[in-house]
Amino acid sequence: MPNRSPDRARVKSRAALLRAGFEQAGAALVEAPVLVSAEALLDLYGEDLRARAYTTFDALRGEQMLRPDFTVPVVQMHMEGGAEPARYTYAGEVFRRQEEDEARSNEYIQVGFEIFDGSDPEAADAEVFARLQHAVSPLGLKATTGDIGILMAAVEGLNTTEARKRALRRHLWRPARFKQLLDRFAGRTPQPAGRAALLAQADPFACAGPEIGLRARAEVEARLEALRADAAAAPIPETEVELLEAILKVRETLPYALEQLRDIAVDLRPISGAVERLARRAETLAARGVDVDALEFEAAYGRTHMEYYDGFVFGFVVEHRPDLPAVASGGRYDALTRELGRAAGKPEGIPAVGGILRPGLMVELEDGLWA
Amino acid sequence: MGLKLGVPSKGRLMEKTFDWFGARGVTLGRSGSDREYAGRVEGIDGVELVLLSAGEIPRELHAGRIHLGVTGTDLVREKLGQWDQQVEELAELGFGHADLIIAVPQLWVDVETLDDLDEAAAGFRRKHGFRLRIATKYHRLVRDYLRSHGVADYQLVDSQGATEGTIKNETAEAVADITSTGETLRANHLKILSDALVLKSQATLFRSRRAALTPEERATLSELVARLDLD
Repeated sequence: MPNRSPDRARVKSRAALLRAGFEQAGAALVEAPVLVSAEALLDLYGEDLRARAYTTFDALRGEQMLRPDFTVPVVQMHMEGGAEPARYTYAGEVFRRQEEDEARSNEYIQVGFEIFDGSDPEAADAEVFARLQHAVSPLGLKATTGDIGILMAAVEGLNTTEARKRALRRHLWRPARFKQLLDRFAGRTPQPAGRAALLAQADPFACAGPEIGLRARAEVEARLEALRADAAAAPIPETEVELLEAILKVRETLPYALEQLRDIAVDLRPISGAVERLARRAETLAARGVDVDALEFEAAYGRTHMEYYDGFVFGFVVEHRPDLPAVASGGRYDALTRELGRAAGKPEGIPAVGGILRPGLMVELEDGLWA
Repeated sequence: MGLKLGVPSKGRLMEKTFDWFGARGVTLGRSGSDREYAGRVEGIDGVELVLLSAGEIPRELHAGRIHLGVTGTDLVREKLGQWDQQVEELAELGFGHADLIIAVPQLWVDVETLDDLDEAAAGFRRKHGFRLRIATKYHRLVRDYLRSHGVADYQLVDSQGATEGTIKNETAEAVADITSTGETLRANHLKILSDALVLKSQATLFRSRRAALTPEERATLSELVARLDLD
């Protein structure tokens, strides 16, 4: 494949310039190793990460990955003794496996900006968005925003068992599985074939084999108990399911989206808090000079991206070019800091929001390579 | 040099491949002693037999070092990214049938489907603090399959042989492996998930899309394709 990439030196100097801009905004410059422990990453993101990241191995350290992003090493570093509040910036290569599309880079430079500060989360959201928007403003990109927190609040507010909510929460980032579960919990689709028969058996273990493996008989019994409880639970009321689906369909400019969500919140009170946070974010965005009247909001945006974005999410893309990756993107990842904080004795985590820019793509767009 | 045909270098797969070509008037065989990995071809000129491990044939097709190769669909799809752009399936040979399946202990009476596996994995991770381990050597195929079916909280652990034994040894909780009769699975107290057929595989004749052909080799390929009734 011919190398269409602009001169690497230009990309690096652009990266340095962008990073300097974040330093001027008070961010401390941080570095991260290229090789990061595979264990922590895989525990966090699961096996799917192997399809996106390069894994390498040596006999001493075991599996390591070429960093697929900076977020995890930066959060780890912060959790091990960063003062709070904190803001960080970085620039460097990240590595992504591209097995489906040869045209996509498997190595490119990211410049990032991250804020760890719980004092005013909506203001931090707005600041990250506004600074990244400013950086890409000459490129005429299309911005889309979303808020996973609203969907999470809606699941939390359903009138159903804790086990069902947990199952829905777990699959929030897998829309097909989420819908399948929701339909089943709402009684729209029947229970899986054979389940009623299994639960009706006097001795479900009559034909079971010997006890082998780490998953003990007691765990099987516990799940049978959970299945019995689930079979006895009332379906989630149809009205609530429809409201949840209405949320997922919201796709408007921000003021109209807010109006629609407030209407839904009248009938689904538990999302009110999250919707008002969205309203406050819109105000702080406007105060930072963002044209919120023209800003797109999709309630389902970011659902198929990486897990752990659990609040505000955004992306800047080249319009009508879905084949190109986002030039800038980011979001809030409080849950990730809780996961990684556990290892560092800080299970409470810290509210965190950040975003990345791709200077290589920016330079290519300026050169008209993708016109 | 001639048109290079890669064939598994030993066992039933080799013999059945020889039979399949033989039935179509192309005689393949090993030259010299049984231990020598050199082949001969009779019944058509310009074809060179290359005896290889079945597992290496996908790589050789991808590199364009052989023009044709016989191997399992499972190996091609596991080892080649965008496999259908690297190779073309010329013929399914009707032997070497094997299904790539997912199996769990018979003890798990609560697990019959992928849905159940997903929920059991969530419970397992909560209890044990790590992801449920599935032993396999088909990492890409299994991972793609589980991702497209929305299964979470699992991890794949590598097992290049005796995979069914990993559960008893507590190095895995489930397995994803090739089976033809299910005999080994039953002997190891495992059962197949009812809806988790990852891939149906059989021995297949592939053509490399990446191997360069001289005019003579191209003519030989056409003749061979006609002889094998593949046109």
